[in-house]
Amino acid sequence: MAKITLSNLRHSYMPNPTGPADYALKEIDLDWQDGGAYALLGPSGCGKSTLLNIISGLLTPSEGRILFDDRDVTDLPPDQRNIAQVFQFPVIYDTMTVRNNLAFPLRNRGVDEGRIARRVAEIAKMLEVEEMLDIRASHLSPDNKQKISMGRGLVRDDVNVVMFDEPLTVIDPHLKWKLRSKLKELHQRVRATMIYVTHDQTEALTFADQVVVMQDGEIVQIGTPVELFERPQHTFVGHFIGSPGMNVLPAEESGGAVSFQGNRITLEGAVTGQGGTTQVGIRPEFVSLAHSGLPARVSKVSDVGRHAVVEAVVGDTPVKAIVEGELPEQGAEVHLAFRPDHTRLYRDGWLSTENEGSART
Amino acid sequence: MTIELKSASKVIRGVTHIKPTSLVLETGHFNVLLGQTGSGKTSLIKLMAGLDPLASGEIWMDGQNVSRLSTQKRNVSLVHQFFVNYPQMTVYDNIASPLRVAGMAKSEIQGRVEEAADILQLRPMLNRRPQELSGGQQQRCALARAIAKESRAVFLDEPLANLDYKLREELREQLPELFAGRGAVVVYATSEPEEALLLGGKTALMDDGVVTQYGTTAQIYRKPENLTAARVFSDPPINAARMSKVGDTATLDTGASWTVSGAAAGLPDGAYTLAIRPHHVTPVPAGTDYVKLSGKVLVTELSGSESSAHFQLGDDGWVSLAHGVHPYEVGEAHEFYMDASHAFYFTQDGKLVA
Amino acid sequence: MKTENQKAWFFVLPVLLLVAFNALVPIMTVVNYSVQETFGNNVFFWQGLDWFEQILRSDRFQAALGRQFLFTFLILIIEIPLGIIIALSMPKKGMWVPVCLVLMALPMLIPWNVVGAMWNIFTLPKIGLLGYFLNDVLGVSYDMTQNPFAAWVTIIVMDVWHWTSLVVLLSYAGLVSIPDAYYQAAKIDGASPWKVFRYIQLPKMKTVLTIAILLRFMDSFNIYTEPFVLTGGGPGNSTTLLSIDLVKIALGQFDLGPAAAMSLIYFAITLLVSWLFYTLMTKDDAQ
Repeated sequence: MAKITLSNLRHSYMPNPTGPADYALKEIDLDWQDGGAYALLGPSGCGKSTLLNIISGLLTPSEGRILFDDRDVTDLPPDQRNIAQVFQFPVIYDTMTVRNNLAFPLRNRGVDEGRIARRVAEIAKMLEVEEMLDIRASHLSPDNKQKISMGRGLVRDDVNVVMFDEPLTVIDPHLKWKLRSKLKELHQRVRATMIYVTHDQTEALTFADQVVVMQDGEIVQIGTPVELFERPQHTFVGHFIGSPGMNVLPAEESGGAVSFQGNRITLEGAVTGQGGTTQVGIRPEFVSLAHSGLPARVSKVSDVGRHAVVEAVVGDTPVKAIVEGELPEQGAEVHLAFRPDHTRLYRDGWLSTENEGSART
Repeated sequence: MTIELKSASKVIRGVTHIKPTSLVLETGHFNVLLGQTGSGKTSLIKLMAGLDPLASGEIWMDGQNVSRLSTQKRNVSLVHQFFVNYPQMTVYDNIASPLRVAGMAKSEIQGRVEEAADILQLRPMLNRRPQELSGGQQQRCALARAIAKESRAVFLDEPLANLDYKLREELREQLPELFAGRGAVVVYATSEPEEALLLGGKTALMDDGVVTQYGTTAQIYRKPENLTAARVFSDPPINAARMSKVGDTATLDTGASWTVSGAAAGLPDGAYTLAIRPHHVTPVPAGTDYVKLSGKVLVTELSGSESSAHFQLGDDGWVSLAHGVHPYEVGEAHEFYMDASHAFYFTQDGKLVA
Repeated sequence: MKTENQKAWFFVLPVLLLVAFNALVPIMTVVNYSVQETFGNNVFFWQGLDWFEQILRSDRFQAALGRQFLFTFLILIIEIPLGIIIALSMPKKGMWVPVCLVLMALPMLIPWNVVGAMWNIFTLPKIGLLGYFLNDVLGVSYDMTQNPFAAWVTIIVMDVWHWTSLVVLLSYAGLVSIPDAYYQAAKIDGASPWKVFRYIQLPKMKTVLTIAILLRFMDSFNIYTEPFVLTGGGPGNSTTLLSIDLVKIALGQFDLGPAAAMSLIYFAITLLVSWLFYTLMTKDDAQ
């Protein structure tokens, strides 16, 4: 296992990139600890797969270095980086049995047969595929094929990092949570450094101790799942994580006071910086219906069962609230209350308030 | 517009895909087919679209028996899970293609294509080819084709399944508005309970080629007629356990017991199956009327604002779903609190009794 | 419902008629000839299976059959691996792909008798480019009209030149359909190029290779035009393959009965071997 360092990494698919727009990866500086579980989360085209391929060596970055335990591996091909990767679609060797599939990465490296047999048995037990060991891999169902692909990634215990590239794409929805939790369990058992690439917040937040959120080739926030949810550093993070995402509302700032549609808004703490476009960000979970507060008219109520998402228009801006219990009628006049400790100001997209709570400690 | 199935069934090479099904689907709201992969959603859609022959029964559209009509003559649209567009045509020609086939005048085609493109925000891309678009745009192009065609029925077969999570959320929010007031019967197949709830309208729960329950989405979520329906309409899976009732007291096999109230109080003594949704089983007590349970935590998951814990309760795997983040130790026993006032009670053969 | 299903049969009718005219009628005609003897004027005498027995016992037939098998065997073991090797070395992406594909397809576009004539002239001693080069520049004695070995080498080289492209194109189609992830996974798993070929490329090419082998077997086993134009079956009978022999009997000697019997035996052998190939190569999938 190894610590991974990415330093001043940039990548462009064009031969002569001119502006920042030509870069698929803009400027990446990262340190990943040995044995951690990390996720790269972002929409398609955000550069997360590019970054993954650079780490695995399938792609050479235009600029910058990659270090495994302070050893520069930037120019090494994938097979010399000592890594494992699980792909979006199951990659199995059709003509081999499941057992031989699992043994393949070890045999290629000349590991002795006794050890191979032990490792294969161990991995098969972890993945609960012991009874399939002697079946030809081409006869398996897609989710079992993907399990075998994962098994091949985990069978070597000397790898620097195991990478997962949207590994649950082909898995049936009602089987997804099983594999999702299996992966988490595997990480806790083998304690390898693992990097998981996905656009699905549940997969990322479930799997990783630390999530790297990416947008347009840039890292917008690195944090624990709780940090990403509770205190998004950027409106994109607030929007992308959570369902529905954070309300991002146009705000006016004058003399230290912030207002939205003419209503004064109490924020979590002091405002920092100045100028730029300002927005107020608050998650629907922290908006409630109240007797007083921002006057609004209910435009939509969708009952999700365990709670309802109420959309109410303040002035001309819709605001979403998660409501449990009594539901208002569509068209009803209501008042919205924002929980101050979760109401923040964003300036040009970036967080621009101080957290009083953390300032005190 | 209506689509009516009169004990319609589908059998292919001796295998029954759809057992005789009677159902009336109407316009004005979404008709969601909810069921797991292989439950027969796609089979039912193909049957209604005329892509597969009926083994028995009839299908009526708008008072007309269409059982023997070919797909072409039924005037329906189908949007697939995969983005199906003509790769060699521009977006404009893709949307226009069914209208041209119908022999519509050029000026009218243009009007309709532009209207559909506006609704789906495809105006700036009309001259591009599908492969130059993102996945979300490609699927919007397929949807625009269905809208421009103004068909009697629109079948959406898991149209969002292959889109990014956030895109899915956005498009799902727009979908009901897109089809509102167009007169077509909209049938939407999905395997995700949450999607059915968000789309609203009516839902048909499907399991093993049978529609187990049909009704207003929120209503069947609140009152599943049987255990199968309750299981289909729950994600994470609904918690179930064997329970016995003597007098006012209900007791689980694990020993947990409580005093039943409401409709359940009137049930005769005996053995039942209790089922309760994961969000009514929480790591902290909610309300006053709760039952304490204890189980070994197997797996924990976090999705945005909610966290879930899978735990072992006697012989059954249970799930708890709660707001916020909770410190679980995987492999350790934890206490959970069940709000029994939200429990469903089923007879042993799976019928809802309270 | 029932009536609709019945109607579907009408769509199959044209194909049935076509097959009848294409295959059934000619075959039945041949069967008719093969069991009778005629001396013209449409007078026939019942002969039973005599012709078949005579053909099967004749040294001439057995020799031609042996040559036929040798020829097919040689071209298969050259063209299949060669075709795979060329396909593997072709570019998978970029501007050279169409160029390579067109170059590969060229030999197959030339009419078969032209191929024979080209190679005939090409190999003529003194006049032909190859003939001149071998004899007068390298000093190798080469004359395929005199030397059976030279004749064999020539017809095999000609066939390899003419048909390896087919194997290349089919294998190439199989190769480009393999997703990149397989190669990437193999790299990461530390697989050698041979293992990549053995466990990824070969299994993924299996279907197209089955087709390639079947096509090359049937075509080469029934080959006529090119060797006929090139060597005429000579020198002596050294390159007289089954089809050439058949024509000699049927048209040269006008022995319709034996020729018909021989055609049917020929047909049966082709069918049998093709079936054997097919069953062997698809055996694994059936499990």
